[in-house]
Amino acid sequence: MIQFDNVSKRYPSGHEALANLNFFMGEGEFAFLTGHSGAGKSTLLKMITLLERPSQGQVLINGKNLNRLHASQVPYFRRRVGVVFQNHHLLFDRTVYDNVALPLEVMGFPRADIPRRVRAALDKVDLLSKERQNPITLSTGEQQRVGIARAVVHKPKILLADEPTGNLDPDLSAEIMNLFYQFNDVGVTVLIATHDIALITPMRCRELHLRHGRLVEG
Amino acid sequence: MVNKVGNKPRKTISGARGSRASLRHRVDSYVNHHGKTVAQSLRRLLRQPLQTLMTVLVIAIAMALPAALYTAIENLRTLGSGIELNARMSVFLNKSLSDDGVAELMMALEQRPDVTAIVYLSRERALEEFREASGFGDVLLLLDDNPLPAAILVQPADAVTRDAAAADALVAWLKARDEVDDVSVDLGWLQKLHAFINAGKQAAMGLGVALGFGVLLVMGNTIRMAIANRREEIVVVKLIGGTNGYVQRPFLYAGFWYGIGGGLVAWLLVWIAFLAMAPAAKRIAALYQSGFSLEGPGFLTLLVLLGCGVALGLGGAWIAVASHLRRIEPE
Repeated sequence: MIQFDNVSKRYPSGHEALANLNFFMGEGEFAFLTGHSGAGKSTLLKMITLLERPSQGQVLINGKNLNRLHASQVPYFRRRVGVVFQNHHLLFDRTVYDNVALPLEVMGFPRADIPRRVRAALDKVDLLSKERQNPITLSTGEQQRVGIARAVVHKPKILLADEPTGNLDPDLSAEIMNLFYQFNDVGVTVLIATHDIALITPMRCRELHLRHGRLVEG
Repeated sequence: MVNKVGNKPRKTISGARGSRASLRHRVDSYVNHHGKTVAQSLRRLLRQPLQTLMTVLVIAIAMALPAALYTAIENLRTLGSGIELNARMSVFLNKSLSDDGVAELMMALEQRPDVTAIVYLSRERALEEFREASGFGDVLLLLDDNPLPAAILVQPADAVTRDAAAADALVAWLKARDEVDDVSVDLGWLQKLHAFINAGKQAAMGLGVALGFGVLLVMGNTIRMAIANRREEIVVVKLIGGTNGYVQRPFLYAGFWYGIGGGLVAWLLVWIAFLAMAPAAKRIAALYQSGFSLEGPGFLTLLVLLGCGVALGLGGAWIAVASHLRRIEPE
């Protein structure tokens, strides 16, 4: 599902964010991406969503070489991947419902389908009762859950999360992690970048550990 | 929520039927989004009525100026062509000329291609007309003799009224003839009017181009600010797979609406100017005993203004979108 072949990323400044990265994640796999800040976790995730391109090597998603993807195809490719952002990227000029519906509108889902899908996603993260509220009125944990609902509303095969529990207390973190497990249970490939070791230890999942842009474990 | 039912709606049907369904779905959603964006971008503009009104007014005034100038010139042209019909040469004949001599001159005039019509005015008729028009009838009674010469009123061809050289040639020919005492022409001012109208048209065009350029810049700047205001939304939409086309559509439609509003208001402004000037024009026309009346900006002018407005609005929006929107990329 996700394959990195000898991937390096060197910025014009000379900083090497990733070096000779090789790994493979099968369909339906669940993995953590760990390492200190600056170890290259975010860069790795950005390569999967084509926010960054490798300076060397290639990234294959579902057998498709991203190097060969033309700029005009990038938006269509991004629709196959759900991303939960660290700062959740919610829009505060519209309701929770409209935030979650945004991917469906962008992708041109039939209008009649949208309410059902949005409510299913909101129900999943237990925020159905707050669909008419502005996300700014929600707590941090709730905002993160809205972000998750938006990432999964179109049912992507791959779900990426960048520090999804960054600002949450342990209870809320466990709740969020539980959600990711549920998605994984129905076949979604999940990759979560985090520096929260405490979160991973009890999970005993696959761990891709980055140190100075190199994969030291996984 | 991640049940299998309805997963990836585009690929639920396989094979050729599937790709057809997918194409239809794409076209449907494309058309749908256009329809939705047209309404949404209008609502967005109306939500900030004052700001929108100001932008629309800037565009409207910039377009109303050349449009008003053009309408004024068109009116002047109608006035000019109305007068052309009366632009006659008065050919005063030698008092000693016999009736045969008059007939001979008239025949010669009739054969000239630069003359459309001639009317003979005998000395008696001339006296009669003078008496009626001037009110000096009593004075004339004091004279022993009719002081007025016979005249032929010559209506030159249209081409002559516009062309000074052709008019001069006709006058020279007339003056060279023995039967003719004098020729009075009043074509000079008409030719000046034509030159003035042409210059005015060019000025209107030049003004239109310059102000049109200004509208493009105003539009570009307005849309640039709208893009800056919605930067976060643009980033999010691009992150979740929105195409450049999807992202730029609302801004292009905003430009379209500004253009429509600007064109409509410009037309109204020209109408207001026309209504303000019509009574004065009517008074002047009455003083000159002319049936002339001001012609307001017509339906065609409205269409042209709307067309120009849309072209400028879309053009300006396009400039802003091309130079700013594509540069906004998620990091």
